[in-house]
Amino acid sequence: MTGGGDTVDIRGAAHAKVKHDSAVRHVTGKAIYIDDMPNVPGTLEALFVTSPHAHARIISIDGARALAMAGVHAVLTAEDIPGHNDIAPVFSEEPVLASGTAEYVGHPVALVVAETYDMAFAAAKAVRVAYEPLEPVLSIQEALANKHYTFPEQIMERGDPDGAIEGAVNRVSGRVSCGGQDHFYLEGQVALALPGEDNDMLVYSSTQHPSEVQHGVAHVLGIASNQVTVEVRRMGGGFGGKESQPTIIAAAAALAAHKTGRPAKYRMRRDDDMVVTGKRHDFDFTYEVGFDHDGRIEGIDVVMAMRSGNVADLSSGVLARALCHGDNCYYLPAVRFQGYPCKTNTVSNTAFRGFRGPQGMFVIEVVLEHIARELGKPVEDIRSVNYYGTDDRNTTPYGQTIKDNIIAELTESLKNAIDYDRRVGEVERFNAHQTSLKKGIALMPVKFGVSFNTPLLNQAGALVHVFTDGSVHLNHGGTEMGQGLFTKVAQVVATVFQIDIDNIKISSTRTDKVPNTSATAASSGSDLNGMAALNAAETIKDRMAGVAADHFEVAANEIEFRQNRVYAGNESLSFAALAQMTWAARESLSSTGYYKTPEINWDAKTLTGNPFYYFTYGACVSEVVIDTLTGESRVLRADILQDCGKSLNPSVDYGQIEGAFVQGMGWLTSEELVWDDGGRLLTHGPSTYKIPGSRDVPPELNIHILEDAPNRVPTIFRSKAVGEPPLMLALAVYLAIRDAVGRLGGGRLMPVLNAPATPEAILTAVDDIRRRAEAGAK
Amino acid sequence: MPVQFNLNGVLCVEDGLPPTTSVLDYLRQHKGKTGTKEGCAEGDCGACTIVLAREDESGTAIYEAVNSCLLMLPQLDGANVVTVEGIADADTLDPVQAAMVETDGTQCGFCTPGFIMALYALRKGGEKPTDEVIHEALAGNLCRCTGYTPIVAAAKKACGNAPPDVVGARATLVPSSSYATENQRFSAPTSLEDLAALRAANPSAHLLAGGTDLGILTSKERQPLPEIISTVHVEELLEITETDDYLELGAAVTYTRALPYVKRLYPSLATLITRIGSRQIRNMGTFGGNIGTASPIGDTSPCLIALDATVILHSLSGARSVPLEDFFIGYRETCLGPSEFIKAIHIPKLSSGQAFRAYKISKRYDQDISSVIGAYRVGISDNKVASIRVAFGGMAATPKRASASEAALAGKDWTEETVLAVAAAVAEDFTPLSDHRASQAYRLRVAENLFVRLYRDLSEFEDLTDVVAA
Ligand SMILES: Cc1cc2nc3c(=O)[nH]c(=O)nc-3n(C[C@H](O)[C@H](O)[C@H](O)COP(=O)(O)OP(=O)(O)OC[C@H]3O[C@@H](n4cnc5c(N)ncnc54)[C@H](O)[C@@H]3O)c2cc1C
Ligand code: FES
Ligand code: FES
Repeated sequence: MTGGGDTVDIRGAAHAKVKHDSAVRHVTGKAIYIDDMPNVPGTLEALFVTSPHAHARIISIDGARALAMAGVHAVLTAEDIPGHNDIAPVFSEEPVLASGTAEYVGHPVALVVAETYDMAFAAAKAVRVAYEPLEPVLSIQEALANKHYTFPEQIMERGDPDGAIEGAVNRVSGRVSCGGQDHFYLEGQVALALPGEDNDMLVYSSTQHPSEVQHGVAHVLGIASNQVTVEVRRMGGGFGGKESQPTIIAAAAALAAHKTGRPAKYRMRRDDDMVVTGKRHDFDFTYEVGFDHDGRIEGIDVVMAMRSGNVADLSSGVLARALCHGDNCYYLPAVRFQGYPCKTNTVSNTAFRGFRGPQGMFVIEVVLEHIARELGKPVEDIRSVNYYGTDDRNTTPYGQTIKDNIIAELTESLKNAIDYDRRVGEVERFNAHQTSLKKGIALMPVKFGVSFNTPLLNQAGALVHVFTDGSVHLNHGGTEMGQGLFTKVAQVVATVFQIDIDNIKISSTRTDKVPNTSATAASSGSDLNGMAALNAAETIKDRMAGVAADHFEVAANEIEFRQNRVYAGNESLSFAALAQMTWAARESLSSTGYYKTPEINWDAKTLTGNPFYYFTYGACVSEVVIDTLTGESRVLRADILQDCGKSLNPSVDYGQIEGAFVQGMGWLTSEELVWDDGGRLLTHGPSTYKIPGSRDVPPELNIHILEDAPNRVPTIFRSKAVGEPPLMLALAVYLAIRDAVGRLGGGRLMPVLNAPATPEAILTAVDDIRRRAEAGAK
Repeated sequence: MPVQFNLNGVLCVEDGLPPTTSVLDYLRQHKGKTGTKEGCAEGDCGACTIVLAREDESGTAIYEAVNSCLLMLPQLDGANVVTVEGIADADTLDPVQAAMVETDGTQCGFCTPGFIMALYALRKGGEKPTDEVIHEALAGNLCRCTGYTPIVAAAKKACGNAPPDVVGARATLVPSSSYATENQRFSAPTSLEDLAALRAANPSAHLLAGGTDLGILTSKERQPLPEIISTVHVEELLEITETDDYLELGAAVTYTRALPYVKRLYPSLATLITRIGSRQIRNMGTFGGNIGTASPIGDTSPCLIALDATVILHSLSGARSVPLEDFFIGYRETCLGPSEFIKAIHIPKLSSGQAFRAYKISKRYDQDISSVIGAYRVGISDNKVASIRVAFGGMAATPKRASASEAALAGKDWTEETVLAVAAAVAEDFTPLSDHRASQAYRLRVAENLFVRLYRDLSEFEDLTDVVAA
């Protein structure tokens, strides 16, 4: 684990810049996604009929007219479900098809199955559903006021925050909110179900969590897990949106297949996908903080009210992660984080890259800014006095001692590298001679805890076969959504066997190869599956070494795997020859591998424990310009320094950092989910929901991976997770926009600016702060 | 008659499929060409990008990226269609493919075929791949994984050095004038009289130019439109006429074709046009279609109103000219008679001393619909406002002139105080709506402020585009 991976004399070893295994297939159009699979003749298309009401009692569903239409094979409702109408990932009572009441606009109430999509589309319109509209709860505030939650609130508390705030020489309070975000994976949700004999079901699902799809399908069809096989080779993006959400699509396709006895596909079109499936949670925050003359926080109380939506889904884990990241990099001696999962008649929100870590950090950074403005000091000074210590002031609000803290050095080194103070001066000079345009600049430090918050999820399996020609078949429980996991795990196996990566066939994730897996999520994909694959490969390698030792008549520990060969002193064999020999010696060339993350624990009742195996760190400085006449903004430059441990694959890691940063930027600037007062989502396609385009990326984007920073705990080749953490670096963009607005008010006034900072939000904040500054001046 | 086209060099003759079949569905479901992807079916993500190759009047090969999701099958008639499957030579990748592999330009790969085809068209066009050109060429392609940097790097690597090239094989294809199934008909007349006669005979038919607006009805809404009349083969509608006094654009002239003229005569309008949709959209989208939608948030109408343009309407009974500002009579309503269509747009040139400016405000700079668009034709002499025409989009049910604002400015000293004082008149001119793009308050505030921008712009202050382009 520790020593390995330094050898570079094979193609595709750990730490090398290895290309994505599918790159050539991507650029030639030959990479096969689920909707690209050749259609089995007779495959039907499924489509939901959804509720137009945010809250309504379903009186009746009449599918007769639809059934009479050409090509329509079935109109299914909750009553047609042979098993349980429940696909809740954590709790229960989260139906595939609404029964009794519809709880949000877009809630599936029936399923139409027809020969073509067009036939299904027309038939869905012909299904008559009678509703009795009920009063919906649409806002976080309304739900919060009525204590309308999807599960009990979570309060994380340490010390006596009230007393500390009361006793502090300075106190401020405020409120701020951040919007949700649609995943906008380019490939929409899709599942293809093929009925087999004996009620078996093979489901191809675009999912980050095949095991959960398997369980969901079995549960809904009322069959055993061993009758359902779920397979996915690759997704066209996931970002958390395909962690729990694919289950409903797969369950619908499987139900359609089960009922008709024919293969059935459900490919959600973009608008349905955006309306029917969950998103990043939006949050309303209120805070109160007490601090000393230097800005050192003494006590803090934060209310984090999040939109859970109509059901809990994964929200409990999400909320816990928000609470666990409300500290970001800062020591909070007396603290209360109050998390409220507000139940609203809107789509259930779900996992999204960062899993609410971003929202937790969002609020604490606004609090730090508030302290700085109150004291009239640079926010950097406030950060410095509040950073976690290395020997003391190093326990988190949930009681975990931080042992790998490098945030102070890391931010210093980034600031020095880019001459931060000079850059601030330049911003000031620019603003002094500009009329319409104003710049802002800000730094964002990030500490992110790695591991699933729920310890039991931190396990993984792998399956490795070596064939007698020396080629290797690799399978593991992780899924490939573009993040390069398959490539990284293949590098691990190549490194163990010391063979070129080209010899390793990466295969689809399948529940019958590696069972009972966790979602590929929480940035843990390579940490967990890399280790499992390493263990599988090492088992086989040991057996092969034994055979080689017999052959060369040396001790097994004298056998060395190197450059596609196996050596005993000066004698050697090709890896393939040894594989053949191992088979002939009747030793198994196949092995499973298993891994569970050590040292972690979590008490979900007290919200304390050591949920994270390690932390990863990063920082970003962003510079923006805003147009004070229109509120338009541009990010001009961003400099990023990210800790990847000893990176398994710097090419892949760069890609993750860039992509996450830009995605985070979108969340905080242009991506606005707008609902009307009936709870209908108005921004449900790329024409109305604007993710960043190529021009929005800062023209100067400098990304550096922290060097010489092996993980202090023995992760796979000492690397660190990288999928989510850089998303939060984009908070620098939001903070820089706040800085630009704040400068218009002289520096001491807090901008009133929620996220996303759209042109409208910025212009409103500009006008507001100017008004207040003028009023104060008079 | 069947439609005929070359698909990656292989002749396809299609008959029997509904004319409203999208080219994307056709490729994926009927030809097994699944490299081309669907990400939205509304022209906004670019995953479905393919390239249409043709020769222009001078015989130069032109490669245009288009959204296959918005195209109807008969729109391919006579075309050379290139998809992602058709550009690698056996095992040798096309330079844009090789560059994308080299720069790690793919992650999940789902957006990739669309980017490849947008880059393929860019490379074949031979443009120098500056940042500006690349962003413009990629504005119609979304990627959620990479953050674009490696894709931009691939563009720089692969583009700007393509050898000149011939399309070939087109001569054999004769476009058909009508393609029909039992319930649907797609007509493609080639002369003004034929179009007028068809229009008169089918007043309820849908006119189709580029289909970047109408295509949404068929692609996403799955409407089996019964009667479609295509305008893009009508010679008279494709004409571009320039005299000393005016520019006249045939209704079926695409943005891409008009752009060089517009750039020379109304540079600010050209800047705006490069923000209409994407290259994919502009390669198909037409001026006639933009005006024909009568959308209150269409981008060209306010500009053309400010430029005092007239539309030339045509029918069997002849032609008439209507000032564009009178063409729109209500929300998505025009004065077009049932058998009339737009033949051309007539735009006076700027006289000396006149300046034109257009400002589009949207959530995202590229490929977004305006929340507000302001367009101004201003003449300043002796530091006074000698002439002024102002029109806005996004501020009313139609693109509309700002008469009170014009009156508040006419004859006044050209100073910042003057433009600041226009606010009250703006509120008199407009009572905009609140919607998902912007609130009423924001729209009004921006409309006021855009006068300040106009003043500062004409007085050569720096603006956002300068900073970003720098
Ligand atoms: C992704 C995307 C982005 C877009 N971005 C923008 C944008 O930024 N700004 C903007 O303004 N628009 C935008 N549009 C809308 C559209 O592209 C433009 O309005 C375009 O100019 C329409 O032209 P077309 O030739 O494609 O029209 P079509 O779709 O062919 O036709 C549009 C309408 O005009 C009618 N019509 C066409 N020709 C005539 C004629 N000769 N006489 C009478 N009626 C006629 C048609 O019947 C139809 O109702 C966008 C569209 C998409 C899909
Ligand atoms: S599928 Fe998105 S543009 Fe065509
Ligand atoms: S690579 Fe996934 S969307 Fe571009």
